[in-house]
Amino acid sequence: MSKRRLSGWGLQLFFVGPVLLFFTVIMVIPFFLGMYYSLTDWNGVAGTVNWVGLANFKTIFTNDPDFWSSFWFTTRFTLVGIVLTNVVGFFLAYFLTKALKLRNILRTIFFMPNVIGGLLLGFIWQFIFIKGFSTMYDVTGWSFFGLPWLGDSVTGFWGITIVFVWQTAGYLMVVYISSLTNVPTEIMEAAEIDGANRWQMLRSIIVPLIMPAVTICLFLAISWAFKMFDLNLSLTKGGPFKSTESVAMNVYAEAFQNNRYGLGTAKAMLFFVIVAVITIVQVALTKKKEVEA
Amino acid sequence: MHKRYSGRLFITEIIMVIVALLFLSPFYFLLVNSVKTFGEIMSNSASWPTAFQWSNFTKAWELTRFPQAFTNSLVITVISVIILALFSAMGAYRMVRANTLFNRLLFFLFIAAMVIPFQSIMIPLMRIVNELGVNNSKLGLIITYLGLGAPMSLFLFHGFVKSIPLEIEEAATVDGCTSIGVFFRMVLPMLRPMIMTVVVLNCLWIWNDYLLPSLILQRPHMRTIPLATFSFFGEYTKQWDIALPALVLGITPIIAFFLMLQRYIVEGIAAGSVKG
Repeated sequence: MSKRRLSGWGLQLFFVGPVLLFFTVIMVIPFFLGMYYSLTDWNGVAGTVNWVGLANFKTIFTNDPDFWSSFWFTTRFTLVGIVLTNVVGFFLAYFLTKALKLRNILRTIFFMPNVIGGLLLGFIWQFIFIKGFSTMYDVTGWSFFGLPWLGDSVTGFWGITIVFVWQTAGYLMVVYISSLTNVPTEIMEAAEIDGANRWQMLRSIIVPLIMPAVTICLFLAISWAFKMFDLNLSLTKGGPFKSTESVAMNVYAEAFQNNRYGLGTAKAMLFFVIVAVITIVQVALTKKKEVEA
Repeated sequence: MHKRYSGRLFITEIIMVIVALLFLSPFYFLLVNSVKTFGEIMSNSASWPTAFQWSNFTKAWELTRFPQAFTNSLVITVISVIILALFSAMGAYRMVRANTLFNRLLFFLFIAAMVIPFQSIMIPLMRIVNELGVNNSKLGLIITYLGLGAPMSLFLFHGFVKSIPLEIEEAATVDGCTSIGVFFRMVLPMLRPMIMTVVVLNCLWIWNDYLLPSLILQRPHMRTIPLATFSFFGEYTKQWDIALPALVLGITPIIAFFLMLQRYIVEGIAAGSVKG
């Protein structure tokens, strides 16, 4: 009875139609349109689209040092960012799954930066780096605070990294907490009886058992870091001299500031391929390390 | 493992509190300086304000046209999030219950699309938005969110619907309920926990999004909070005595939302990412 009723095309259209319509118009068509535009010299004005074959890709690979420096910046940032945010997120979770009296309020505090968008966070930190740090330098005299924060490529890089970790560690903490609370207590007790110390328990029992969470957290951190745009825009605008420009920002500038839409879409397609390859490789690698309790 | 509150735990507690204060310190700088005069901000940004300059907030409120930006953000977020949850729940339900080859392929297509970064499709997407004639309108932005949010939301519902036993629906069908009736009366209420997750995740994303609205909404009166803040910062660079209160205003609604619905948000994120 229910089988027959559910198999009608009318029902298929009613249930799947709306979501499929928006998905097709907003994601599928632009995706394929992008493939086409990446092979043209489109400048944003319809009607002047000429087929140029692989010329855009040739330009990117042979004559676009800015793109590759943004790519190098993004790669370095992603590597440093994902390690730091995962380490911080994990240790916050590790200590906040212990029987602390203030643990709920502490969890709230660590998560809070994450609900604020990257753009506003970046502006808040711009003030901290520029005014807050200089005051701290006057008070403490520590040279760390006296650096020209956000003013050169090194402090720009670390400035963005600090804010990124501050913003995302709390989210990863939540994921790690939900995984840590599922580690069976019997295994922990057995290990303790066998005389395992804290470090051994962490390395040989807890980490292997929470590998599914590690997979997720690495996936999330990579995708946030690699696609970073808002923080970049509000903290350094890619400066000084494009030294802290992310790939996402480079793509944006090529299309909407230089009006080279064809070249911009070619970069965007390349960006997609890189992101897809990295995420698939990462998930495949960490999935292998997952074990059953 | 029923351990008593040991000295070791106490030390851990103290350390975590110190780390938490460090985490909160940017908010301290933001708040105390938002009520200082410009001169006082420049001379010492760490001190407690000598006199509270509430007029900073009045200025920021007016200059950012905060009520308008807030309303725009609210309208766009609420409408997008509700429709997105409904449409993706419907789609996911059908894809699970009518397990045809077509639906399996379709589901795979949605999942595959989750890898596509927004920046990879934004340029042709703007062309589509223009062709549809919905550029510079909230409607255009909402439509775009419905497409961009679909894969993730549908994926989350898909996993959840699979865990709902079929028997209840079959019983209802025997009792004469139509398929559409079954979905709205029986299935949708059972999806509640996942609806919360999807709504929360999409709320945080859409409320805070900057890049997409900046491409679609060019007129000043349409600006959302991130857009208004961005243009404000461009105009009042380094005028911290009005820029900081504007930032405080900008983050207040989402912080309030978080503190009120904290439990759902944290649960939603844990549930959403385990599935993701």
